[in-house]
Order: sequence, then C-alpha cells, then structure tokens
Amino acid sequence: MDKKEKIDAIIAKFKGKRGATIPLLQELQEVEGYLERETISYVAAETGIKIADMYGVATFYSMFRLKPQGRHIIKVCKGTACHVSGATAIFHAIQGHLDLTDVEDTTSDGKYTLMEVACLGCCSLAPVMMIDEDTHGKLTPDSVGKILDRYE
Amino acid sequence: MEIKVGLASCGLAAGAGEIYKAIENYLAGKEIDVTLKKTACIGMCFAEPIFEITTDDGKSITYGRVTAEEVGSIIESCLKKEPLLEKAILSPDFECPENENLGSQTRIVLRNAGHIDPESIDEYLANDGYKALEKVIKTMKQEEVIKVIKDSGLRGRGGAGFSTGLKWQFAYQNESDKKYVICNADEGDPGAFMDKGILEGDPHSVIEGMLICAFAIGADEGYVYCRAEYPLAVRHLKKAIADAEERGIIGENIMGTDFNFSLHIKEGAGAFVCGEETALIGSIEGKRGMPNLRPPFPAKSGLWGKPTNNNNVETYANIAWIILNGAEEYRKFGLETCPGTKAFALAGKIRNSGLIEVPMGTTLRNVIYGVGGGMKFDKPFKAVQLGGPSGGCIPEHLIDTPVEYESILKTGAIMGSGGMVVMDTDTCMIDIARFFLNFTQNESCGKCTFCRIGTKRMLEILNRITSGEGKMEDIDTLDKLAHQIIDTSLCGLGKSAPNPVLTTIKYFREEYIAHIVEKRCPAGVCTALLKYTIDAAKCIGCTVCARKCPVDAISGTVKQVHVIDQDKCIKCGACYEACRFDAVKKV
Repeated sequence: MDKKEKIDAIIAKFKGKRGATIPLLQELQEVEGYLERETISYVAAETGIKIADMYGVATFYSMFRLKPQGRHIIKVCKGTACHVSGATAIFHAIQGHLDLTDVEDTTSDGKYTLMEVACLGCCSLAPVMMIDEDTHGKLTPDSVGKILDRYE
Repeated sequence: MEIKVGLASCGLAAGAGEIYKAIENYLAGKEIDVTLKKTACIGMCFAEPIFEITTDDGKSITYGRVTAEEVGSIIESCLKKEPLLEKAILSPDFECPENENLGSQTRIVLRNAGHIDPESIDEYLANDGYKALEKVIKTMKQEEVIKVIKDSGLRGRGGAGFSTGLKWQFAYQNESDKKYVICNADEGDPGAFMDKGILEGDPHSVIEGMLICAFAIGADEGYVYCRAEYPLAVRHLKKAIADAEERGIIGENIMGTDFNFSLHIKEGAGAFVCGEETALIGSIEGKRGMPNLRPPFPAKSGLWGKPTNNNNVETYANIAWIILNGAEEYRKFGLETCPGTKAFALAGKIRNSGLIEVPMGTTLRNVIYGVGGGMKFDKPFKAVQLGGPSGGCIPEHLIDTPVEYESILKTGAIMGSGGMVVMDTDTCMIDIARFFLNFTQNESCGKCTFCRIGTKRMLEILNRITSGEGKMEDIDTLDKLAHQIIDTSLCGLGKSAPNPVLTTIKYFREEYIAHIVEKRCPAGVCTALLKYTIDAAKCIGCTVCARKCPVDAISGTVKQVHVIDQDKCIKCGACYEACRFDAVKKV
C-alpha cells in the first residue's frame, strides 16, 4: 500500500465518527513517523475536521510530532526514581554519544531521536530508557553507548 | 512440574525474555513433563528476572536474579527433589530470604498478579473470575450492588479518596437514555506503576469491576483510558477484551441476561492533566484535554453530556473481591474510616523496590523497613515522597504516619495514587522540589493563569536557588505564589502543584538556607554549588580519573598526584565515580 492509500484507509476508518481526532492522528503519525503539514490539510478536507482542531490536539499532547523523527526513538525516563538515580547524567551521556546539542533531538543521519518521558514505570531498574519498544534498565553513563551501538 | 516466568515489563527489561528462551531450550527434546507458562509481575521487581517452579508434589519455589546459564541446573535440582536454594527468594515450603516480604502483605487487588497468565481468560475464570459478575447480574438488584460497595467503605484509589459507592449512586440516580463507565488508566505520576502492574498482571479483574459498575449504574458502554507509554498493558487489555467478547462476557445479553455492555480502549496521547476526570473525558471526546469547572460532575453530565462514572484501575480491581466476599469481610482489612488495602509502588533508595499491597493504616515505617527491607545503600533515610508531583516529602520524624488519606494529608503530602519514592541523604530536597515543579510546569494545560505563570515563576526561583543565586526573601515569595496558585486553579493539577515546594520548605527549611546563605548543597547534588578536588594524600596516580574525564580537565601522569582544572570541569562526577581510592572529593 502506498502512502496515500494508507492515509485514505485511515480516513475511511474514522470519517464521521465522533471523538475520532486523537486516534485518527495517532494512526496517521504511524504512516510517516510524524504529522506532515500536507497530510493534515488533506485529511481536514476529506473528513471535515478543522485544521485548527487537529493542530490544537497535535500540539497539546506530547506524543504528536510535527517534525520528521529518527528510525529509532530513545525515551529517557525522567521519573522520580530515575531522577534520584542519575537520569540527567544518562541523558547527557546519550547526547554526547550521538553528538546532539541541547536544541537538537534527532541525529543528522536520521537514525535516532532522543526524548525525555515522564515515567516508564520500571522504577526498580532506574535509571531506565526505552529504545523503540525495548526497555533497558540499570544504566550507567558508560553503558548507554554500547546499548545504542547495538541498533542498526 | 510447572514453571512460570514473570514477563511483565520490568521483568522483560531485566532479561526475563532470555530466561524464558533458556528454559524452552533446556526443555526441548527432553522427556520430562513440564508445563512452561507466562505470568506477569509478582511485585518483587528488585529481584528480576524471576521464575517459579511448582513440583508435582505441590511444593513451589520462586527464584530471583537468575541468569540463563543457571536455569538448567535449577530445574534439574527440582526434578531430583533436592532444589538448589542459593537463588531461591520465596517459598511456602523452604526457608527463603523474601518469605517475610510477601507474608507481611495483604493482597486483594494484586491477588492474581504474578500467579496467573494474564493473557488467559481460562486462568482468570479458574480463579473465581467473573463469578462476581454472574452473581450481580443474575441475582442482585442495582441498588443492592451499590449498597454493598457503599457498605464496604471502598474509597477511590486514584488519590482523592471519595466514596466509590456514593459516586456510583449519583450516576445511578441520574436518569438518562445513555450512561458511560470510564476506567482511568492514565497513570501519569512519575514513580508510580501500580495500575500498570494490575493491567499487565490481571486485566480481567479491572474489566470485571467495570462490568459490575456498568450494571449498577445502568450503563451499557465503557472506555479504558490507558497511557500509551504502557504498550504491554494495552496489549494485555486488548486481548482480555477480545477474549471476554468471545465468551459472551462483554457484548449483548451477557450470560443470558438482558444486560449489554461494550468496552473500548482509548490510548492516551501524553498529557498528565488527563488524569483529571473532566480533562480525561474531553480527551476521549477527541479534544484538547483541558479540565472543566465542576459542577456539573460527570455523574450528571460526563462523556458526551451523559451521566458517567469514572474510577481508577485499582478501585475497579477491588470490586469483584468485595462482591464475592462481602462488605463485612472487606472491612476486616484496614481502618474503620478507610477500609481495605492499598497498592504502592516502592522505588528510590530502597532495598526491595517493587509493587506491594498493604492494609490501609500500615505505618510508613512498616512499609519502608518491613516490606521494603530498609535502605538500599548505607546512607540514612531522609524523606519519602508520596503522591508524585501533587504530593510532598515526608521527613523522618513523621515516619510513623499511617498510610491513609487524612493522616497523609495532615503532613502536607497526599496519599495520591500510590507512588512512594524513598530518599536518602544523597538527595537534595530543593532539587526534588524543582524536579516536580518542572514536571507540573510542563504539564500545566495553561487554562488557569496562576497555574500557567505562577508555576513558571516558582520554577525560576528554584532554579536560582539551586544555582547559588537565591535570596532569603525567595522563600517567602515561593510560599506566597504557592498559596495563590492553590487558591485560583480549577483542577487538581494546579491545586496540588505547589505541594512539593511547600512540604520541603516546611520540613527542610535549613536546606533552603544552606543553598541561599552558605551557597552550599548539603546533599552534594546541585552542580553549580559543587567542586570536585583530588586529595593529594590519597591519590596514587592511577590515571583512571583522567581517562574517564570527558572534557580533559584532569592533568597528571602515572604515579603522580592528579589535579582537576576547575575552569574546564563540568562537574559530571565521572572522576568521583571512577576513583577506587576515595581520592576525589565532592565539596
């Protein structure tokens, strides 16, 4: 299925259903990894949901992204247990390993996107990060590089 | 023989997946009668990965902190009826180090977690699953169900502690052609994972609670609003709903009665404020999750303007047990004003971190030093944080406070949903206050001015104090702003956001003064107030610190005393961690 077919299938699934904006955007984001401007305009025209409403929702919730993201998403847990166990140092170590500055979140080769997340609920293994769907615990600033290098 | 491997998300992160594979590999091609099963979290996250072996004579041993290499010899030893006990953590039949841990808990909500396969409806059914639902829809009237829940004294486990029975009664009394039941599984508090443990470990118990509620209030449709950061919980829940539909437990004419119920999952999109019920309802309706003024309460006008009952995961997980065992039996646990049990997520600098459940009224001391096994490192206890970003830090002199809504509230903290983070003297309380305020500041939806801007100003002041630029009047300004935010915010997020600051000022004022007046961080956390130096008498010139330093700030050659260039030092602490001779000092 090409991109347009995928988007049309998603539109068909949610068109006319009430309360559909959030799941609609969630599925759209899975197609491209982020919400493209053109996609939003197209979907707005097809479904009748206002562009402003979609952007209102997309900018309110932290999971929506308006910029392209890397192939792998690194979520560094910033929960309380991780914070007191040195999550900040982990975050800086990853930034250093990936050559990211404070204002960048995606590597220039498009491989990784680095973000912070409130709590992954694996507090016993603090500090923790999640790469895509895998959780890695008991991290040290030394160990994160080796874990990252395992991803293609 | 039966082997059960704990495959909840913390177990998987600790390597339980490899353990499962190792067991499969060991069993492959061997002529032994072993059933290998998956289960979820027994709560002893500190000992993951964990598996349990039950031999044919009914004896069971739980092993913890196992490696894939050890699996074979452990299984073999159990087959020979001479079980290896070195890695055993728990057993009703043998002396094990954690026997007391589980023994001192009372498990109602977590009754099945870590024991049954959460993906198997048959295992749930075999453990009295959906019997309470059957009893309710076949033999009870709506008012009778509500009366049992009211009599049980169950109070909302999401944090506010409102009577669940009363809440149901309000939704029941409001007549309407359509009503909804919502389960709040948007567990957003950092440091809390009770709901995740329940949903991953026993999703049917939550569904059964929702079904009973739907019958009692007269609803025929429900939503579980679950955090998207919990992919495994969502997966287990989806499977559970599909299985229940297939068995006719969810759908039309449930169990042959005229009771209908359909259930949907809504995955949250990441907004802490959606834990507030009116914001959550807005989010299900597809809008920005911003709270509304109450009244009208959702019991009158909730989802799509219809009467709606909203409880959290743990509350619903109590319901089936109460129906089956009766209100009186439930009241035998906990306190007169606050019966039953409470699940807590123990984390931080505590030895036995994990998911626990104790009767209401148990003291913090018993939770931390009893079930929790005391402090993890040799540093003394400093405070315990309850209630996440809405809560507060309770200091050592109040450690005999019972866990129960009103007593915790008196300390300035809140019971919250059950996150309990233990801190030792290496934790800076101003840094903790700043950490939580930074969180609530980020998560403020922006509707109320004081919550939006007041928290920002408070955060700036805390940033100033932790970087050594604080002024004495800052403490009064913080206090004043805090009360203005509490007074003028619409929802619980704003009303409770200042709690971490207020409790730390109340109990750890001297630490604020040390930062402001002495420009010193007693816990050695605030980097701007720290300096790393090398003790010439202890340094043997091993060069480890110089090699670890990411900015080449340490000079010195082999067997010579090393020196840190303070201008280059970024205070990352890598040298401090690396030195094996205690020569790097943090001052």
